[in-house]
Amino acid sequence: MATLVPHSAFLTGRLLRFTARQPAFVAINLVQPMIWLLLFGQLFKRVVEIPGFATGSYLEFLTPGVVVMTVLFSSGWAGMAFIDDMERGVMDRMLSSPVNRMALMVASVANQGVTVVVQAAIVVVVALLLGASFGGGVLGVLVMLLASILLTAAFASLSNGMALIVRTSESLIGFSTMLTLPLSFLSSAMIAREVAPEWIRTVSAYNPVDWTVVASREALSADPDWGAVLLRLGGLAAVALAAIWLATRAFRAYQRSM
Amino acid sequence: MIRADALVKRYGEVTALAGLSFTVPAGTVFGLLGPNGAGKSTTIKILTTLSAADGGTATVAGHDVRREPDAVRRAIGVVTQGSGCDPVATGRENLLLAGRVHGLRGRAVRSRVDELLARFGLTGAANRLVRTYSGGMRRKLDVAMGLVHRPSVLFLDEPTTGLDPQARADMWAEIARLAGQERLTVLLTTHYLEEADQLAGELLIVDRGQAVASGTPERLKSELRGDAVVVELAPDADLELAGKAIGAIPGTREVTLAGRTIRSRVDHGASAVPSVLAALERESVAVAAVTVARPALDDVYLRHTGRSFAAAEEVPA
Repeated sequence: MATLVPHSAFLTGRLLRFTARQPAFVAINLVQPMIWLLLFGQLFKRVVEIPGFATGSYLEFLTPGVVVMTVLFSSGWAGMAFIDDMERGVMDRMLSSPVNRMALMVASVANQGVTVVVQAAIVVVVALLLGASFGGGVLGVLVMLLASILLTAAFASLSNGMALIVRTSESLIGFSTMLTLPLSFLSSAMIAREVAPEWIRTVSAYNPVDWTVVASREALSADPDWGAVLLRLGGLAAVALAAIWLATRAFRAYQRSM
Repeated sequence: MIRADALVKRYGEVTALAGLSFTVPAGTVFGLLGPNGAGKSTTIKILTTLSAADGGTATVAGHDVRREPDAVRRAIGVVTQGSGCDPVATGRENLLLAGRVHGLRGRAVRSRVDELLARFGLTGAANRLVRTYSGGMRRKLDVAMGLVHRPSVLFLDEPTTGLDPQARADMWAEIARLAGQERLTVLLTTHYLEEADQLAGELLIVDRGQAVASGTPERLKSELRGDAVVVELAPDADLELAGKAIGAIPGTREVTLAGRTIRSRVDHGASAVPSVLAALERESVAVAAVTVARPALDDVYLRHTGRSFAAAEEVPA
Protein backbone atom coordinates (compact mmCIF):
# COMPACT_ATOMS: atom_id res chain seq x y z
CA MET A 1 0.00 0.00 0.00
CA ALA A 2 2.94 2.32 0.64
CA THR A 3 3.65 2.25 -3.08
CA LEU A 4 0.17 3.42 -4.16
CA VAL A 5 0.86 7.17 -4.13
CA PRO A 6 4.37 7.23 -5.68
CA HIS A 7 3.51 4.61 -8.30
CA SER A 8 0.30 6.47 -9.20
CA ALA A 9 2.32 9.66 -9.66
CA PHE A 10 4.96 8.02 -11.90
CA LEU A 11 2.39 6.22 -14.02
CA THR A 12 0.21 9.32 -14.34
CA GLY A 13 3.26 11.19 -15.60
CA ARG A 14 3.77 8.54 -18.26
CA LEU A 15 0.14 8.78 -19.47
CA LEU A 16 0.07 12.58 -19.46
CA ARG A 17 3.26 12.69 -21.56
CA PHE A 18 1.59 10.22 -23.91
CA THR A 19 -1.50 12.41 -24.21
CA ALA A 20 0.60 15.51 -24.78
CA ARG A 21 2.47 13.71 -27.60
CA GLN A 22 -0.72 12.97 -29.52
CA PRO A 23 -1.83 16.45 -30.62
CA ALA A 24 -4.45 15.05 -33.00
CA PHE A 25 -5.94 13.03 -30.20
CA VAL A 26 -6.11 16.09 -27.95
CA ALA A 27 -7.67 18.18 -30.72
CA ILE A 28 -10.38 15.60 -31.45
CA ASN A 29 -11.14 15.43 -27.76
CA LEU A 30 -11.55 19.19 -27.63
CA VAL A 31 -13.57 19.61 -30.79
CA GLN A 32 -16.14 16.94 -30.00
CA PRO A 33 -17.81 18.60 -26.99
CA MET A 34 -17.92 21.95 -28.79
CA ILE A 35 -19.72 20.37 -31.72
CA TRP A 36 -22.26 18.90 -29.35
CA LEU A 37 -22.80 22.15 -27.61
CA LEU A 38 -23.29 24.04 -30.87
CA LEU A 39 -25.28 21.33 -32.64
CA PHE A 40 -27.62 20.32 -29.83
CA GLY A 41 -27.81 23.89 -28.60
CA GLN A 42 -29.21 24.96 -31.98
CA LEU A 43 -31.24 21.84 -32.69
CA PHE A 44 -33.18 21.89 -29.45
CA LYS A 45 -33.16 25.62 -28.89
CA ARG A 46 -36.90 25.95 -28.51
CA VAL A 47 -37.28 22.94 -26.27
CA VAL A 48 -37.25 25.19 -23.19
CA GLU A 49 -40.65 26.45 -24.22
CA ILE A 50 -42.07 23.13 -23.03
CA PRO A 51 -43.36 23.54 -19.47
CA GLY A 52 -41.06 21.80 -16.97
CA PHE A 53 -37.79 23.51 -17.87
CA ALA A 54 -36.68 25.69 -15.01
CA THR A 55 -34.56 27.88 -17.24
CA GLY A 56 -35.31 30.12 -20.14
CA SER A 57 -32.05 29.29 -21.94
CA TYR A 58 -31.53 25.80 -23.36
CA LEU A 59 -27.83 26.55 -23.75
CA GLU A 60 -27.51 27.07 -19.99
CA PHE A 61 -29.53 23.93 -19.39
CA LEU A 62 -27.48 21.91 -21.87
CA THR A 63 -23.97 22.92 -20.74
CA PRO A 64 -23.68 20.48 -17.80
CA GLY A 65 -25.32 17.82 -19.97
CA VAL A 66 -22.66 18.21 -22.66
CA VAL A 67 -19.92 18.15 -20.04
CA VAL A 68 -21.26 14.87 -18.71
CA MET A 69 -21.59 13.32 -22.17
CA THR A 70 -18.00 14.35 -22.85
CA VAL A 71 -16.98 12.57 -19.67
CA LEU A 72 -18.73 9.40 -20.81
CA PHE A 73 -17.29 9.41 -24.30
CA SER A 74 -13.73 10.18 -23.17
CA SER A 75 -13.50 7.90 -20.20
CA GLY A 76 -15.30 5.04 -21.92
CA TRP A 77 -12.19 4.83 -24.10
CA ALA A 78 -9.76 4.75 -21.18
CA GLY A 79 -9.36 0.99 -21.52
CA MET A 80 -7.89 1.39 -25.00
CA ALA A 81 -4.59 2.41 -23.42
CA PHE A 82 -4.66 -0.83 -21.41
CA ILE A 83 -5.26 -2.83 -24.58
CA ASP A 84 -2.37 -1.05 -26.32
CA ASP A 85 -0.17 -1.91 -23.36
CA MET A 86 -1.25 -5.56 -23.51
CA GLU A 87 -0.47 -5.76 -27.20
CA ARG A 88 2.90 -4.11 -26.76
CA GLY A 89 4.02 -6.31 -23.89
CA VAL A 90 4.09 -3.30 -21.57
CA MET A 91 1.34 -4.80 -19.41
CA ASP A 92 3.22 -8.08 -18.93
CA ARG A 93 6.35 -6.21 -17.98
CA MET A 94 4.39 -4.08 -15.50
CA LEU A 95 2.64 -7.06 -13.95
CA SER A 96 5.89 -8.98 -13.48
CA SER A 97 7.32 -5.94 -11.65
CA PRO A 98 6.34 -4.83 -8.14
CA VAL A 99 4.13 -2.08 -9.57
CA ASN A 100 1.09 -1.36 -7.41
CA ARG A 101 -1.96 -2.69 -9.30
CA MET A 102 -4.31 -0.08 -7.98
CA ALA A 103 -1.82 2.61 -9.05
CA LEU A 104 -2.31 1.43 -12.64
CA MET A 105 -6.02 2.23 -12.23
CA VAL A 106 -5.49 5.49 -10.36
CA ALA A 107 -3.04 6.72 -13.01
CA SER A 108 -5.49 6.01 -15.79
CA VAL A 109 -8.24 7.82 -13.89
CA ALA A 110 -5.99 10.80 -13.15
CA ASN A 111 -4.99 11.07 -16.81
CA GLN A 112 -8.63 10.95 -17.88
CA GLY A 113 -9.51 13.44 -15.15
CA VAL A 114 -7.05 15.99 -16.55
CA THR A 115 -8.45 15.52 -20.06
CA VAL A 116 -12.00 15.93 -18.81
CA VAL A 117 -11.21 19.09 -16.84
CA VAL A 118 -9.70 20.68 -19.96
CA GLN A 119 -12.68 19.63 -22.08
CA ALA A 120 -15.20 20.84 -19.51
CA ALA A 121 -13.43 24.19 -19.20
CA ILE A 122 -13.65 24.63 -22.97
CA VAL A 123 -17.34 23.78 -22.97
CA VAL A 124 -17.97 26.37 -20.27
CA VAL A 125 -15.96 29.05 -22.09
CA VAL A 126 -17.76 28.38 -25.37
CA ALA A 127 -21.14 28.47 -23.59
CA LEU A 128 -20.24 31.81 -22.02
CA LEU A 129 -19.16 33.18 -25.39
CA LEU A 130 -22.50 32.07 -26.82
CA GLY A 131 -24.23 34.15 -24.18
CA ALA A 132 -24.96 31.69 -21.39
CA SER A 133 -24.68 32.93 -17.83
CA PHE A 134 -24.36 30.76 -14.75
CA GLY A 135 -25.67 32.12 -11.46
CA GLY A 136 -23.54 29.66 -9.49
CA GLY A 137 -20.36 31.37 -10.71
CA VAL A 138 -16.88 29.95 -10.25
CA LEU A 139 -17.91 27.78 -7.32
CA GLY A 140 -20.63 26.23 -9.44
CA VAL A 141 -18.16 25.44 -12.21
CA LEU A 142 -15.73 23.90 -9.70
CA VAL A 143 -18.48 21.68 -8.30
CA MET A 144 -19.33 20.59 -11.84
CA LEU A 145 -15.66 19.72 -12.43
CA LEU A 146 -15.52 17.72 -9.21
CA ALA A 147 -18.67 15.78 -10.12
CA SER A 148 -17.23 15.17 -13.60
CA ILE A 149 -13.96 13.87 -12.17
CA LEU A 150 -15.85 11.44 -9.92
CA LEU A 151 -17.92 10.19 -12.84
CA THR A 152 -14.71 9.88 -14.89
CA ALA A 153 -13.16 7.76 -12.16
CA ALA A 154 -16.14 5.41 -12.19
CA PHE A 155 -16.41 5.17 -15.94
CA ALA A 156 -12.70 4.98 -16.78
CA SER A 157 -12.27 2.21 -14.18
CA LEU A 158 -15.17 0.32 -15.68
CA SER A 159 -13.61 0.67 -19.12
CA ASN A 160 -10.21 -0.48 -17.81
CA GLY A 161 -11.73 -3.44 -16.02
CA MET A 162 -13.58 -4.46 -19.17
CA ALA A 163 -10.37 -4.06 -21.19
CA LEU A 164 -8.63 -6.53 -18.88
CA ILE A 165 -11.44 -9.01 -19.37
CA VAL A 166 -12.31 -8.69 -23.07
CA ARG A 167 -8.76 -7.77 -24.21
CA THR A 168 -9.69 -6.63 -27.72
CA SER A 169 -10.38 -3.08 -28.82
CA GLU A 170 -13.44 -4.15 -30.85
CA SER A 171 -15.18 -5.64 -27.82
CA LEU A 172 -14.26 -2.68 -25.67
CA ILE A 173 -15.64 -0.16 -28.17
CA GLY A 174 -18.83 -2.20 -28.35
CA PHE A 175 -19.18 -2.28 -24.60
CA SER A 176 -18.46 1.40 -24.17
CA THR A 177 -20.91 2.47 -26.89
CA MET A 178 -23.57 0.15 -25.54
CA LEU A 179 -23.33 1.88 -22.19
CA THR A 180 -22.66 5.50 -23.08
CA LEU A 181 -25.71 6.47 -25.09
CA PRO A 182 -28.40 4.74 -23.00
CA LEU A 183 -26.90 6.13 -19.80
CA SER A 184 -26.91 9.62 -21.29
CA PHE A 185 -30.50 9.41 -22.48
CA LEU A 186 -31.66 7.80 -19.23
CA SER A 187 -30.65 11.01 -17.48
CA SER A 188 -31.59 14.66 -17.60
CA ALA A 189 -28.52 15.54 -19.65
CA MET A 190 -30.49 16.75 -22.65
CA ILE A 191 -34.04 17.12 -21.44
CA ALA A 192 -35.65 18.17 -18.16
CA ARG A 193 -36.65 15.31 -15.95
CA GLU A 194 -40.20 16.70 -15.67
CA VAL A 195 -40.64 16.25 -19.42
CA ALA A 196 -39.37 12.66 -19.50
CA PRO A 197 -41.71 9.66 -19.14
CA GLU A 198 -42.34 8.27 -15.69
CA TRP A 199 -40.14 5.16 -16.11
CA ILE A 200 -37.14 7.16 -17.27
CA ARG A 201 -37.54 9.40 -14.25
CA THR A 202 -37.46 6.32 -12.02
CA VAL A 203 -34.42 4.82 -13.73
CA SER A 204 -32.51 8.09 -13.77
CA ALA A 205 -32.82 8.39 -10.01
CA TYR A 206 -30.39 5.43 -9.79
CA ASN A 207 -28.18 6.57 -12.65
CA PRO A 208 -24.83 8.07 -11.58
CA VAL A 209 -24.79 9.95 -14.88
CA ASP A 210 -27.96 11.74 -13.81
CA TRP A 211 -26.48 12.44 -10.35
CA THR A 212 -23.60 14.20 -12.08
CA VAL A 213 -25.91 16.26 -14.28
CA VAL A 214 -28.22 17.20 -11.43
CA ALA A 215 -25.38 18.10 -9.03
CA SER A 216 -23.70 20.22 -11.72
CA ARG A 217 -26.86 21.95 -12.88
CA GLU A 218 -27.89 22.66 -9.31
CA ALA A 219 -24.46 24.07 -8.41
CA LEU A 220 -24.49 26.26 -11.53
CA SER A 221 -27.88 27.73 -10.68
CA ALA A 222 -28.29 31.04 -8.89
CA ASP A 223 -29.66 29.50 -5.71
CA PRO A 224 -28.31 25.95 -5.34
CA ASP A 225 -29.84 23.33 -3.08
CA TRP A 226 -26.52 22.26 -1.50
CA GLY A 227 -28.08 19.32 0.28
CA ALA A 228 -29.08 17.79 -3.05
CA VAL A 229 -25.61 18.54 -4.50
CA LEU A 230 -23.72 16.95 -1.60
CA LEU A 231 -25.95 13.89 -1.58
CA ARG A 232 -25.16 13.22 -5.23
CA LEU A 233 -21.45 14.00 -4.88
CA GLY A 234 -21.32 11.50 -2.03
CA GLY A 235 -23.06 8.90 -4.15
CA LEU A 236 -20.65 9.54 -7.01
CA ALA A 237 -17.62 9.24 -4.74
CA ALA A 238 -18.88 5.89 -3.46
CA VAL A 239 -19.48 4.61 -6.98
CA ALA A 240 -16.03 5.84 -8.10
CA LEU A 241 -14.21 4.10 -5.25
CA ALA A 242 -16.15 0.90 -5.78
CA ALA A 243 -15.36 0.97 -9.51
CA ILE A 244 -11.63 1.51 -8.92
CA TRP A 245 -11.56 -1.34 -6.43
CA LEU A 246 -13.51 -3.69 -8.70
CA ALA A 247 -11.45 -2.84 -11.77
CA THR A 248 -8.24 -3.52 -9.83
CA ARG A 249 -9.62 -6.98 -9.11
CA ALA A 250 -9.88 -7.54 -12.86
CA PHE A 251 -6.05 -7.85 -13.00
CA ARG A 252 -6.52 -11.20 -11.30
CA ALA A 253 -8.93 -12.31 -14.00
CA TYR A 254 -6.47 -11.15 -16.64
CA GLN A 255 -3.59 -13.07 -15.05
CA ARG A 256 -5.68 -16.16 -14.50
CA SER A 257 -6.36 -16.35 -18.20
CA MET A 258 -2.66 -16.16 -19.12
CA MET B 1 18.39 -19.84 -7.78
CA ILE B 2 15.40 -21.14 -9.70
CA ARG B 3 13.67 -24.35 -8.88
CA ALA B 4 10.68 -25.66 -10.81
CA ASP B 5 9.02 -28.78 -9.55
CA ALA B 6 6.51 -30.73 -11.64
CA LEU B 7 4.92 -27.65 -13.21
CA VAL B 8 1.63 -28.30 -14.96
CA LYS B 9 -0.31 -25.77 -17.00
CA ARG B 10 -3.40 -26.38 -19.09
CA TYR B 11 -5.24 -24.06 -21.45
CA GLY B 12 -8.58 -25.75 -21.89
CA GLU B 13 -7.87 -29.00 -23.68
CA VAL B 14 -4.27 -28.11 -24.44
CA THR B 15 -1.60 -29.13 -21.96
CA ALA B 16 1.19 -26.58 -22.22
CA LEU B 17 3.29 -28.00 -19.39
CA ALA B 18 3.09 -31.64 -18.39
CA GLY B 19 5.13 -31.81 -15.20
CA LEU B 20 8.27 -29.82 -15.98
CA SER B 21 11.02 -29.84 -13.37
CA PHE B 22 14.46 -28.26 -13.39
CA THR B 23 16.93 -26.40 -11.21
CA VAL B 24 19.04 -23.42 -12.18
CA PRO B 25 22.13 -22.87 -10.02
CA ALA B 26 23.10 -19.28 -9.15
CA GLY B 27 25.35 -17.46 -11.58
CA THR B 28 24.67 -19.59 -14.64
CA VAL B 29 23.12 -18.91 -17.99
CA PHE B 30 20.46 -21.56 -18.26
CA GLY B 31 18.88 -22.17 -21.63
CA LEU B 32 15.41 -23.52 -22.25
CA LEU B 33 15.52 -24.81 -25.80
CA GLY B 34 12.55 -26.06 -27.74
CA PRO B 35 10.39 -25.43 -30.76
CA ASN B 36 7.49 -22.98 -30.70
CA GLY B 37 4.71 -24.32 -28.51
CA ALA B 38 7.05 -26.46 -26.40
CA GLY B 39 6.03 -24.59 -23.22
CA LYS B 40 9.00 -22.24 -22.85
CA SER B 41 7.01 -19.02 -22.61
CA THR B 42 4.47 -20.63 -20.31
CA THR B 43 7.33 -21.60 -17.99
CA ILE B 44 8.63 -18.02 -17.99
CA LYS B 45 5.14 -16.66 -17.27
CA ILE B 46 4.81 -18.92 -14.24
CA LEU B 47 8.29 -18.14 -12.91
CA THR B 48 7.80 -14.39 -13.34
CA THR B 49 4.43 -14.51 -11.45
CA LEU B 50 2.38 -13.51 -14.49
CA SER B 51 0.54 -16.77 -14.63
CA ALA B 52 -0.29 -19.39 -12.02
CA ALA B 53 0.53 -23.05 -12.55
CA ASP B 54 -2.29 -25.60 -12.36
CA GLY B 55 0.06 -27.98 -10.58
CA GLY B 56 3.55 -28.11 -9.14
CA THR B 57 5.58 -25.48 -7.32
CA ALA B 58 8.38 -23.09 -8.17
CA THR B 59 10.74 -20.88 -6.23
CA VAL B 60 12.77 -18.00 -7.65
CA ALA B 61 15.55 -16.37 -5.61
CA GLY B 62 14.32 -18.27 -2.59
CA HIS B 63 10.69 -17.16 -2.81
CA ASP B 64 7.68 -19.21 -3.75
CA VAL B 65 6.13 -17.74 -6.90
CA ARG B 66 2.59 -18.35 -5.70
CA ARG B 67 2.84 -17.38 -2.04
CA GLU B 68 5.31 -14.48 -2.27
CA PRO B 69 4.86 -12.99 -5.73
CA ASP B 70 5.95 -9.51 -4.64
CA ALA B 71 9.26 -10.76 -3.25
CA VAL B 72 9.86 -12.62 -6.52
CA ARG B 73 9.00 -9.50 -8.57
CA ARG B 74 11.51 -7.42 -6.64
CA ALA B 75 14.27 -9.95 -7.24
CA ILE B 76 13.82 -10.50 -10.97
CA GLY B 77 14.28 -8.65 -14.22
CA VAL B 78 12.04 -9.69 -17.09
CA VAL B 79 12.51 -9.22 -20.79
CA THR B 80 9.32 -10.45 -22.41
CA GLN B 81 8.94 -11.86 -25.87
CA GLY B 82 8.57 -9.12 -28.45
CA SER B 83 9.15 -5.89 -26.59
CA GLY B 84 7.98 -4.44 -23.32
CA CYS B 85 8.97 -0.82 -23.73
CA ASP B 86 6.55 2.00 -24.34
CA PRO B 87 7.01 3.26 -27.93
CA VAL B 88 5.47 6.65 -27.18
CA ALA B 89 8.03 7.44 -24.48
CA THR B 90 11.74 8.10 -24.80
CA GLY B 91 14.34 5.52 -23.92
CA ARG B 92 15.27 7.50 -20.85
CA GLU B 93 11.65 7.80 -19.70
CA ASN B 94 11.17 4.06 -20.07
CA LEU B 95 14.23 3.37 -17.95
CA LEU B 96 13.35 5.97 -15.32
CA LEU B 97 9.86 4.51 -14.91
CA ALA B 98 11.23 0.97 -14.62
CA GLY B 99 13.70 2.11 -11.96
CA ARG B 100 11.12 4.09 -9.99
CA VAL B 101 8.63 1.25 -9.97
CA HIS B 102 11.40 -0.74 -8.29
CA GLY B 103 11.81 1.92 -5.63
CA LEU B 104 14.86 3.77 -6.97
CA ARG B 105 14.57 7.53 -6.44
CA GLY B 106 16.23 10.83 -7.17
CA ARG B 107 19.87 10.91 -8.17
CA ALA B 108 20.28 7.15 -7.70
CA VAL B 109 17.79 6.33 -10.45
CA ARG B 110 19.11 9.04 -12.80
CA SER B 111 22.71 7.93 -12.53
CA ARG B 112 21.76 4.27 -12.92
CA VAL B 113 19.78 5.14 -16.06
CA ASP B 114 22.70 7.12 -17.52
CA GLU B 115 25.02 4.23 -16.78
CA LEU B 116 22.77 1.73 -18.57
CA LEU B 117 22.20 4.02 -21.54
CA ALA B 118 25.94 4.36 -21.96
CA ARG B 119 26.58 0.68 -21.55
CA PHE B 120 24.02 -0.31 -24.19
CA GLY B 121 25.14 2.40 -26.60
CA LEU B 122 21.83 4.27 -26.33
CA THR B 123 23.06 7.56 -24.89
CA GLY B 124 22.67 9.36 -28.22
CA ALA B 125 19.12 8.08 -28.64
CA ALA B 126 18.12 8.48 -24.98
CA ASN B 127 15.75 11.38 -25.58
CA ARG B 128 14.17 10.02 -28.72
CA LEU B 129 10.82 8.24 -28.71
CA VAL B 130 11.27 4.48 -28.72
CA ARG B 131 9.09 4.12 -31.81
CA THR B 132 11.97 5.64 -33.81
CA TYR B 133 14.37 2.92 -32.58
CA SER B 134 15.53 -0.03 -34.67
CA GLY B 135 14.62 -3.54 -33.53
CA GLY B 136 18.08 -4.06 -32.11
CA MET B 137 18.02 -0.80 -30.14
CA ARG B 138 14.59 -1.59 -28.77
CA ARG B 139 15.79 -4.98 -27.60
CA LYS B 140 18.81 -3.45 -25.90
CA LEU B 141 16.50 -1.03 -24.13
CA ASP B 142 14.36 -3.99 -23.05
CA VAL B 143 17.36 -5.68 -21.50
CA ALA B 144 18.50 -2.43 -19.88
CA MET B 145 15.02 -2.02 -18.36
CA GLY B 146 15.25 -5.53 -16.99
CA LEU B 147 18.56 -4.69 -15.30
CA VAL B 148 17.80 -1.25 -13.90
CA HIS B 149 17.17 -2.44 -10.34
CA ARG B 150 20.14 -4.88 -10.33
CA PRO B 151 18.06 -8.05 -10.14
CA SER B 152 19.57 -11.34 -9.06
CA VAL B 153 17.74 -13.30 -11.77
CA LEU B 154 17.14 -12.14 -15.32
CA PHE B 155 14.55 -13.78 -17.58
CA LEU B 156 15.10 -13.41 -21.30
CA ASP B 157 12.23 -14.77 -23.36
CA GLU B 158 13.50 -15.25 -26.91
CA PRO B 159 15.81 -12.24 -26.75
CA THR B 160 16.93 -12.33 -30.36
CA THR B 161 13.78 -13.38 -32.23
CA GLY B 162 13.18 -11.00 -35.10
CA LEU B 163 16.61 -9.36 -34.95
CA ASP B 164 18.89 -9.09 -37.96
CA PRO B 165 22.18 -11.05 -37.79
CA GLN B 166 24.27 -8.08 -36.67
CA ALA B 167 21.87 -7.12 -33.90
CA ARG B 168 21.69 -10.75 -32.83
CA ALA B 169 25.47 -10.99 -32.59
CA ASP B 170 25.50 -7.79 -30.49
CA MET B 171 22.85 -9.19 -28.21
CA TRP B 172 24.77 -12.43 -27.78
CA ALA B 173 27.88 -10.52 -26.79
CA GLU B 174 25.81 -8.51 -24.30
CA ILE B 175 24.25 -11.59 -22.72
CA ALA B 176 27.63 -13.32 -22.46
CA ARG B 177 28.99 -10.21 -20.74
CA LEU B 178 26.10 -10.15 -18.25
CA ALA B 179 26.76 -13.66 -17.15
CA GLY B 180 30.50 -13.14 -16.95
CA GLN B 181 30.64 -9.84 -15.07
CA GLU B 182 27.55 -9.44 -12.96
CA ARG B 183 27.17 -12.83 -11.31
CA LEU B 184 23.64 -12.74 -12.59
CA THR B 185 21.56 -15.86 -13.03
CA VAL B 186 20.03 -15.81 -16.48
CA LEU B 187 17.16 -17.95 -17.70
CA LEU B 188 17.01 -17.74 -21.44
CA THR B 189 14.50 -19.30 -23.80
CA THR B 190 15.26 -19.75 -27.42
CA HIS B 191 14.33 -21.78 -30.42
CA TYR B 192 17.66 -21.10 -32.06
CA LEU B 193 20.02 -24.00 -31.63
CA GLU B 194 23.12 -21.88 -32.28
CA GLU B 195 22.00 -19.41 -29.65
CA ALA B 196 21.62 -22.08 -26.99
CA ASP B 197 24.94 -23.58 -28.02
CA GLN B 198 26.70 -20.20 -27.82
CA LEU B 199 25.26 -18.78 -24.64
CA ALA B 200 23.94 -21.42 -22.30
CA GLY B 201 26.22 -23.00 -19.75
CA GLU B 202 23.47 -25.43 -18.92
CA LEU B 203 20.68 -26.49 -21.21
CA LEU B 204 17.25 -28.05 -20.89
CA ILE B 205 15.57 -29.30 -24.01
CA VAL B 206 11.79 -29.16 -23.76
CA ASP B 207 9.26 -30.65 -26.09
CA ARG B 208 5.47 -30.71 -25.69
CA GLY B 209 5.65 -29.43 -22.13
CA GLN B 210 8.17 -31.95 -20.90
CA ALA B 211 11.91 -32.05 -20.34
CA VAL B 212 13.59 -34.36 -22.83
CA ALA B 213 17.27 -33.84 -22.06
CA SER B 214 19.51 -31.64 -19.94
CA GLY B 215 23.18 -30.91 -19.39
CA THR B 216 25.89 -28.69 -20.81
CA PRO B 217 25.76 -28.30 -24.60
CA GLU B 218 29.08 -30.17 -24.80
CA ARG B 219 27.84 -33.08 -22.75
CA LEU B 220 24.63 -33.35 -24.69
CA LYS B 221 26.57 -33.41 -27.92
CA SER B 222 29.16 -35.88 -26.67
CA GLU B 223 26.40 -38.30 -25.75
CA LEU B 224 26.01 -38.72 -29.44
CA ARG B 225 28.92 -40.85 -30.42
CA GLY B 226 30.22 -40.25 -33.88
CA ASP B 227 29.14 -38.16 -36.83
CA ALA B 228 25.92 -37.68 -38.74
CA VAL B 229 25.82 -38.81 -42.35
CA VAL B 230 23.05 -37.03 -44.21
CA VAL B 231 22.08 -38.39 -47.60
CA GLU B 232 19.80 -36.45 -49.86
CA LEU B 233 18.17 -38.56 -52.53
CA ALA B 234 17.30 -37.63 -56.09
CA PRO B 235 13.62 -36.68 -56.54
CA ASP B 236 12.30 -40.06 -57.78
CA ALA B 237 14.42 -42.32 -55.54
CA ASP B 238 12.85 -44.96 -53.30
CA LEU B 239 13.24 -43.63 -49.78
CA GLU B 240 12.25 -46.82 -47.90
CA LEU B 241 14.58 -48.97 -49.93
CA ALA B 242 17.46 -46.54 -49.44
CA GLY B 243 16.82 -46.40 -45.70
CA LYS B 244 16.95 -50.19 -45.43
CA ALA B 245 20.15 -50.32 -47.47
CA ILE B 246 21.87 -47.79 -45.21
CA GLY B 247 20.59 -49.47 -42.07
CA ALA B 248 22.08 -52.75 -43.23
CA ILE B 249 25.62 -51.33 -43.35
CA PRO B 250 27.53 -52.50 -40.25
CA GLY B 251 28.21 -49.67 -37.81
CA THR B 252 25.34 -47.36 -38.78
CA ARG B 253 22.82 -46.38 -36.10
CA GLU B 254 19.76 -44.20 -35.63
CA VAL B 255 18.62 -44.11 -39.23
CA THR B 256 15.80 -41.60 -39.69
CA LEU B 257 13.89 -40.65 -42.81
CA ALA B 258 12.38 -37.24 -43.49
CA GLY B 259 11.28 -36.00 -46.89
CA ARG B 260 14.05 -37.00 -49.26
CA THR B 261 16.67 -36.94 -46.52
CA ILE B 262 18.12 -39.91 -44.66
CA ARG B 263 20.16 -39.29 -41.54
CA SER B 264 22.30 -41.88 -39.87
CA ARG B 265 25.02 -41.96 -37.26
CA VAL B 266 28.38 -43.62 -37.64
CA ASP B 267 31.61 -43.65 -35.64
CA HIS B 268 33.65 -42.06 -38.34
CA GLY B 269 31.75 -40.13 -40.96
CA ALA B 270 34.31 -39.61 -43.71
CA SER B 271 35.23 -43.30 -43.98
CA ALA B 272 31.57 -44.38 -43.93
CA VAL B 273 30.64 -42.37 -47.01
CA PRO B 274 32.05 -44.84 -49.59
CA SER B 275 30.14 -47.80 -48.10
CA VAL B 276 26.93 -45.74 -47.91
CA LEU B 277 27.28 -44.78 -51.56
CA ALA B 278 28.13 -48.34 -52.55
CA ALA B 279 25.07 -49.71 -50.73
CA LEU B 280 22.79 -47.22 -52.47
CA GLU B 281 24.46 -47.95 -55.84
CA ARG B 282 23.66 -51.68 -55.40
CA GLU B 283 19.97 -50.83 -54.90
CA SER B 284 20.10 -48.40 -57.85
CA VAL B 285 19.03 -45.46 -55.67
CA ALA B 286 20.03 -42.12 -57.17
CA VAL B 287 21.78 -39.79 -54.69
CA ALA B 288 21.68 -36.01 -54.93
CA ALA B 289 24.11 -35.13 -52.11
CA VAL B 290 25.93 -36.55 -49.11
CA THR B 291 27.14 -34.52 -46.15
CA VAL B 292 28.98 -35.47 -42.99
CA ALA B 293 28.46 -33.38 -39.86
CA ARG B 294 29.95 -33.32 -36.39
CA PRO B 295 27.26 -33.69 -33.73
CA ALA B 296 25.22 -30.52 -33.19
CA LEU B 297 22.35 -29.70 -30.88
CA ASP B 298 19.95 -30.45 -33.68
CA ASP B 299 21.08 -34.06 -33.49
CA VAL B 300 20.55 -34.06 -29.76
CA TYR B 301 17.05 -32.82 -30.32
CA LEU B 302 16.40 -35.37 -33.03
CA ARG B 303 17.65 -38.19 -30.90
CA HIS B 304 15.50 -37.30 -27.90
CA THR B 305 12.29 -36.36 -29.63
CA GLY B 306 12.44 -38.41 -32.81
CA ARG B 307 11.89 -35.26 -34.85
CA SER B 308 14.39 -32.88 -36.35
CA PHE B 309 14.21 -29.41 -34.91
CA ALA B 310 13.11 -27.91 -38.20
CA ALA B 311 10.27 -30.45 -38.49
CA ALA B 312 9.09 -29.68 -34.95
CA GLU B 313 9.03 -25.99 -35.77
CA GLU B 314 6.63 -26.63 -38.61
CA VAL B 315 3.97 -28.02 -36.26
CA PRO B 316 1.36 -25.30 -35.95
CA ALA B 317 1.59 -23.72 -32.52
